[in-house]
Amino acid sequence: MSTLENGTRCSPAIHAPGERQITFGQAIREAIAEEMARDENVFVIGEDVAEAGSVFKVLVGLLDEFGPERVIDSPISEAGIAGIGVGAAITGMRPIVDIMFGDFTTLVMDQLVNQAAKTHYMSGGKLTVPMVLRTTLGASRRSAAQHSQSLHALFSHIPGLKVALPATPYDAKGLMKTAIRDDNPVVIFEDKMLYQEKGPVPEEEYTLPLGQADVKRTGEDITIIATSSMVYVGLEAADKLASIGISAELIDPRTTNPLDSDTLIQSAKKTSRALVLDEGYRQYGVTGEIASVIADGAFYYLDAPVKRIGAMNVPVPFSPAMEDLTIPDADDVVETAKAMCAGDS
Amino acid sequence: MSEKNDSNPNETELDTEHWLQAYEQMVKIRTFEETANDLYTSARMPGITHLYIGEEAIAVGICEALRQDDYITSTHRGHGHCLAKGADLDRMFAELLGKEAGYCRGKGGSMHIADQETGNLGANGIVGGSAGIATGAGMSIKLRGTDQVSVCFFGDGALGQGLLYESMNMAQLWKLPVIYVCENNQYGEYTHNSKTAAGSMVGRASGFGVHAQAIDGQDIRTVHATARLVIERARKGGGPAFLVCNTYRFRGHHVGDIDRPYRTREEEAEWAKRDPLTLLEDWLLKSEQAEKQVLERIQQEVKTAVDDAVAFAEEASFPSESEVDRHVYA
Repeated sequence: MSTLENGTRCSPAIHAPGERQITFGQAIREAIAEEMARDENVFVIGEDVAEAGSVFKVLVGLLDEFGPERVIDSPISEAGIAGIGVGAAITGMRPIVDIMFGDFTTLVMDQLVNQAAKTHYMSGGKLTVPMVLRTTLGASRRSAAQHSQSLHALFSHIPGLKVALPATPYDAKGLMKTAIRDDNPVVIFEDKMLYQEKGPVPEEEYTLPLGQADVKRTGEDITIIATSSMVYVGLEAADKLASIGISAELIDPRTTNPLDSDTLIQSAKKTSRALVLDEGYRQYGVTGEIASVIADGAFYYLDAPVKRIGAMNVPVPFSPAMEDLTIPDADDVVETAKAMCAGDS
Repeated sequence: MSEKNDSNPNETELDTEHWLQAYEQMVKIRTFEETANDLYTSARMPGITHLYIGEEAIAVGICEALRQDDYITSTHRGHGHCLAKGADLDRMFAELLGKEAGYCRGKGGSMHIADQETGNLGANGIVGGSAGIATGAGMSIKLRGTDQVSVCFFGDGALGQGLLYESMNMAQLWKLPVIYVCENNQYGEYTHNSKTAAGSMVGRASGFGVHAQAIDGQDIRTVHATARLVIERARKGGGPAFLVCNTYRFRGHHVGDIDRPYRTREEEAEWAKRDPLTLLEDWLLKSEQAEKQVLERIQQEVKTAVDDAVAFAEEASFPSESEVDRHVYA
């Protein structure tokens, strides 16, 4: 990790040479295994997590390493296992509840929103819920409307929950370890399309704080704020913009709750333009909140209105010919950024 | 629907001292609830509250069979469970009045009292909402290898919630030490359960292979004897149990539900003949374990304690403004 001139910390370059390269999925698995070895109260519960090692094979080997008491295959009962997570967490354990697809988090809404998020507050600070709920987000797998959504905004809305959505293997490992040690319920969204993405992850132990944005690329003319796999879309766009003389800074908040508002505002003040990119539905989403935070904090420094790009406000369609239209791509970002920099946005 | 009561198990006799203690707990709950109602009708309490009057034998019968380190989860009608598990009157009333001295510093109120020291993992405003939490506590007990048990109290209204069935399924699969106590008080809010619960209540649990039985929830001796059997069984790794305790909500759904147009006064009068406090009093007198003066003295002592607790709560201060955003995160 290096430190930029303005004091913002920056994780290793996404494709830094020389360091150990592992996939995003391996990073998640490593984080969980290390924390299970470190703390006997950590356990994993979910559908197909043990013998199958989860549907995306991220947890392969955990069962052999820690046994069926701590890596537990559950019935297809999302609300039930989330409830078990809450109860186990209140009574001293640190459960990791695995919800196979982000779309299925709708089934655990009560347990997260009314139980996990409120227990500490409603009990006047006496009870804590140190639970991690890991799930997925992201389209483009041709999986249609019930296996493709990015629903992190729903949980970011709720006081009492923390929400992380790492983009790189390095961030995934560091944030997962911190989430497991956190005394609050933390929901981690992993983009299904990133599991095979490789990146540098040091051998030695490290953690990353929740609530600290990361500058993935420095620039002068426009700030692109991007989350999860949209970081890669943003970086591709930044390359294209560089070729036409526009220098884009790319910042990944890494967690939407808590949100590192200061870093986002600071960057927007520096570049005088901000574009927010996120795969959730555009309406009432993370992009709207972040755009508002920047408008509030950097308004008098801005040369253009804050713009946002999100998923199209439609259920994710199956046909590739349609699905791709609903997801932001680099060209969308380039066109919007160009217009903003040309002063005709 | 009132499930047919199974035959009484062999009664596990407590000695007189313990029966009088149980009696005192029941009187305490009854007096607490009558006082809460007074606080509401005299506009001294914010919000509304749901009274447990008529169901006291269940909370006390079960909790007298528990240890302090055993867990319970409770419901919106939860004052009885909290008191039976050992909560103090002072801090209970303070919470009902929204004071900082309350169990939850005034942040929970009547429906959310939690008390970690007595194993109370919290009352829940979502019907059936604590089935998962109680089962998770059972999972935690199993993983930590202790011999605690976890009791999930809920009403017959919760039989409509899927979470209960997901939870019982897993509790039986993994032999978790969880006792599911269905307080079948006949009504889910304003609707009789004959309109909302098809088929058999105990059959819902026995279908999972969970030990299930229906009992007379008005008779604390039956409740307690049954509770001891299933709790000891769970402690020894025998797995979960499901008790349907047939009872009656003597008052309305909440303190403001005074007309009760959804049921008849005749039905209420029939159930009033089986007041759990009167049943225990009659038995204590008839079996010559206590004289009337002893019971009256207990009632008087409880009344004094409740009055003192209300005075404490009314004099206690409201939380300061700085309290409002504390404890959102640990």
